Amino acid sequence: MSELDKPTDPLITVEDLHTYYGKSHILHGVSLTVGRGEVVGLLGRNGVGKSTTLKTIMGLVNARQGMVTLDDRPITGMPAHKLAKLGIGYVPEDRRIFRLLTVMENLRVGLDRPGVSDARKQELLDKVFAYFPVLGQRKDQAGGTLSGGEQQMLAIARAMMLEPKIILLDEPTEGLMPRMVSQIHQIIDALHREGVAILLVEQNVPLTLEASQRVYLMEKGAIRHHARSSELKVGDAVIKQYLGV
Amino acid sequence: MASIGAIFQDLPWELFIIQTLNGIVTGMILALIASGLTLIFGIMDVVNFAHGELFMLGAYTGVVVISVTGSFWLALILATLFVGLLGAALQVATLRPLIGRDPLTTILATFGLSLILQNYALWQFGPVARKISEPITGQFTLFYLEYPWYRLLIAGLSAAIIGGFWLFLKYGKYGIWIRATTQDRVMAQAMGIPVPWVHTAAFGIGAAMAAASGVLFAPLVAVNHTMGLNWVLKAFIVVVVGGMGNLGGSIAAAIFVSLLEAYASIWVAPSQAVIVSFVVLILTLLFRPTGLFVPTPK
Amino acid sequence: MTKLLHRHTVAFWTIFGVVIALLIVAPLVLPTFWQRFVTEILIWGLLAMSSDILIGYTGMVSFGHSAFFGLGMYGAAAALLWHKPANLWLALAFGLIAAAAVAAFVAYFSTRLRDIYFAITTLIFSQIFYVFIFTSTEITGGENGLSFSRPALGIPGVWTVPFNNTTLHWFVLAMVAGSYLLLRRIMRSPFGMVLQSIRENEGRTRAIGYPIERYKIVAVMLSGLFAGLAGVLYAVQNRFAAPDFVFFLVSGEAVIYNVMGGIGTLVGPIFGAATFLLLRELLGRLFGDTFPYLIPLGVIFIAIIIFLPQGLFGFARRWLNR
Repeated sequence: MSELDKPTDPLITVEDLHTYYGKSHILHGVSLTVGRGEVVGLLGRNGVGKSTTLKTIMGLVNARQGMVTLDDRPITGMPAHKLAKLGIGYVPEDRRIFRLLTVMENLRVGLDRPGVSDARKQELLDKVFAYFPVLGQRKDQAGGTLSGGEQQMLAIARAMMLEPKIILLDEPTEGLMPRMVSQIHQIIDALHREGVAILLVEQNVPLTLEASQRVYLMEKGAIRHHARSSELKVGDAVIKQYLGV
Repeated sequence: MASIGAIFQDLPWELFIIQTLNGIVTGMILALIASGLTLIFGIMDVVNFAHGELFMLGAYTGVVVISVTGSFWLALILATLFVGLLGAALQVATLRPLIGRDPLTTILATFGLSLILQNYALWQFGPVARKISEPITGQFTLFYLEYPWYRLLIAGLSAAIIGGFWLFLKYGKYGIWIRATTQDRVMAQAMGIPVPWVHTAAFGIGAAMAAASGVLFAPLVAVNHTMGLNWVLKAFIVVVVGGMGNLGGSIAAAIFVSLLEAYASIWVAPSQAVIVSFVVLILTLLFRPTGLFVPTPK
Repeated sequence: MTKLLHRHTVAFWTIFGVVIALLIVAPLVLPTFWQRFVTEILIWGLLAMSSDILIGYTGMVSFGHSAFFGLGMYGAAAALLWHKPANLWLALAFGLIAAAAVAAFVAYFSTRLRDIYFAITTLIFSQIFYVFIFTSTEITGGENGLSFSRPALGIPGVWTVPFNNTTLHWFVLAMVAGSYLLLRRIMRSPFGMVLQSIRENEGRTRAIGYPIERYKIVAVMLSGLFAGLAGVLYAVQNRFAAPDFVFFLVSGEAVIYNVMGGIGTLVGPIFGAATFLLLRELLGRLFGDTFPYLIPLGVIFIAIIIFLPQGLFGFARRWLNR
């Protein structure tokens, strides 16, 4: 499967990442790539280091060893706010929207960037409200008053305000009803059509296999398996091995 | 000890109203100082022991500007700007290197700063207090007293500054950045907000507000190098009572505590009236530690 | 392993012995000013050491030491003024009891609070005591403080010999050295281990089942006791008590000596005090009395916090606690 290892147009490459929390060695040499406009899944059980991988890419956690590049440019250790400006959007586990800010203010945080014309800002807002009409209805409500699903939408919308090249999505469907899960699927597809790359961390296997082009399987802080999504099915042995489902 | 009824009969209600005014005036100054302190704590978890010294330096800068230009208003503006920038510079030099470390270190670092700034003022200006005169003289008759207009002006200006600050926080682009950073530093960064600079700016703003209160208050007291000490203590009490990081709470607490102290001064000496604020603090810590004016967390 | 431990014990006591010997000889060879200076270093060092119990071992930042120190001082003053002839042991007793009482009072209110709130509350308490002492002029002499005579060493009525600078220094040295050894013993005991585990991870220690608040209260009282002892010694040496010593800045200075010397080492604070006071003296001599010595010292202090957070003696922390 080595022809998969380097997509034709890599956007993000991660090489041999080792991350520690204090003395705990969480990532044991993680390596992966995400191509431009590609949706890549990262599957694994709880605690194997999927979120940590995203956090390390985003510069929220420092890697002790290893390298991350964006568009062939090394970004390891760069602070998160610079990476956001370079085009990486981050949607964390448990959403973490700004609860005391209104929906509109949450969006403005990403929207108010230098070099973006007012017209463009309005376009972005219109687009996001088209994707997520609920947010438009609740635009002046405080983020903390939204339901779980609405907060997830806001978290994704907020990242979209940055017009990112890639969005790091951490377990977006966790705790959501099936109807919302399919809505998330639609969003991912829509973003993919627009050419936004996505690194999707999930435990929901069917969704990931359907929405992504390639998947990595992770266990105990390292990548154990790598395949095209089309080559895997939910009941496969390798899926059972690393996800226990 | 006279009976309660007798006390109320004898209660000098004119004095009561005068003290209410005094309490509000002091309360507004305290609110301005405490706002800066609570902003700094809320956004970066720093207990700024040097805040009183920023207040004091504001007053001294006012003294210098007035002696050169004679204009109180110019002094107010320049002192606010100068100390604001100084505060930002100090934050970059001494507090940025400490980000991520034990909160104890920032308490100590700001304590060290307060000693340095106090001694600098003592060295430059000497131990003799300075005075600056009020920009507007004149009083109006309140019962049997002449109450100075200037005091009302202080309260009004402080309220205006706090109000302006609140508007900035609520509607300004950078105000939103400050609020976002206060709520979730990590996600603010992930959204492209340059958090280290927001911290510096917040510290500068807090310093500027302290300096403004210093200039405003200077005509009422003697300006000397120790004037910050009492205020910083009261400001801390107010910030804790109001709920740390809670702007509205500290303003309410500032007025509340100042009113209580003003009323207490009717019966006891002012140097003992400060006990009131201590008692309020202790009661708050025992029964409503998140703050008197904050709804108890669910 | 036992051999290493044995070597460590020998090394420790040798160094300790040498230092004590030097301090014993000091007053015999130094001029008067420096005799008193060294004694004062020991007293302030003791105060800073008492602060280390809380900061270095329990992980609680306290600004309350000025209250304990001051009450120790005033307690001794009370004994020395009230009972004639002046009795050293009575002064010690009064001072220690006063300090312990204040410590218990402060501990009761503050220990249930964490971190910053604890620090601020202890600071406020110092100020409460300051205000009381400052304004209760009839009892405490108010602003002017109290002066009294120095008691003699020995038991009045049986045998006494008045102190001179040298013998007072030896007395203070004995008290401080004894305190250090006692505290070191306590910190290495199971009790001390619990304190350190509270410092490391309070939540986990509580989850294991330790009644954290009780340990903290005892830690504060222990700290208060030794701070009070420093206050008594100061009163005996200088023959006056003043409210200035109860002002929270004194607590701040103790914390500065502590951090500069190295928290969690017990002796570090004494060296921190020595360094600070020596530098202050030096700067005063070089640049004159009006030189704002706190500016360079403050800068050094901040620099140590940023670049050398373990303090001057931090490197020896493990070794000292073995």
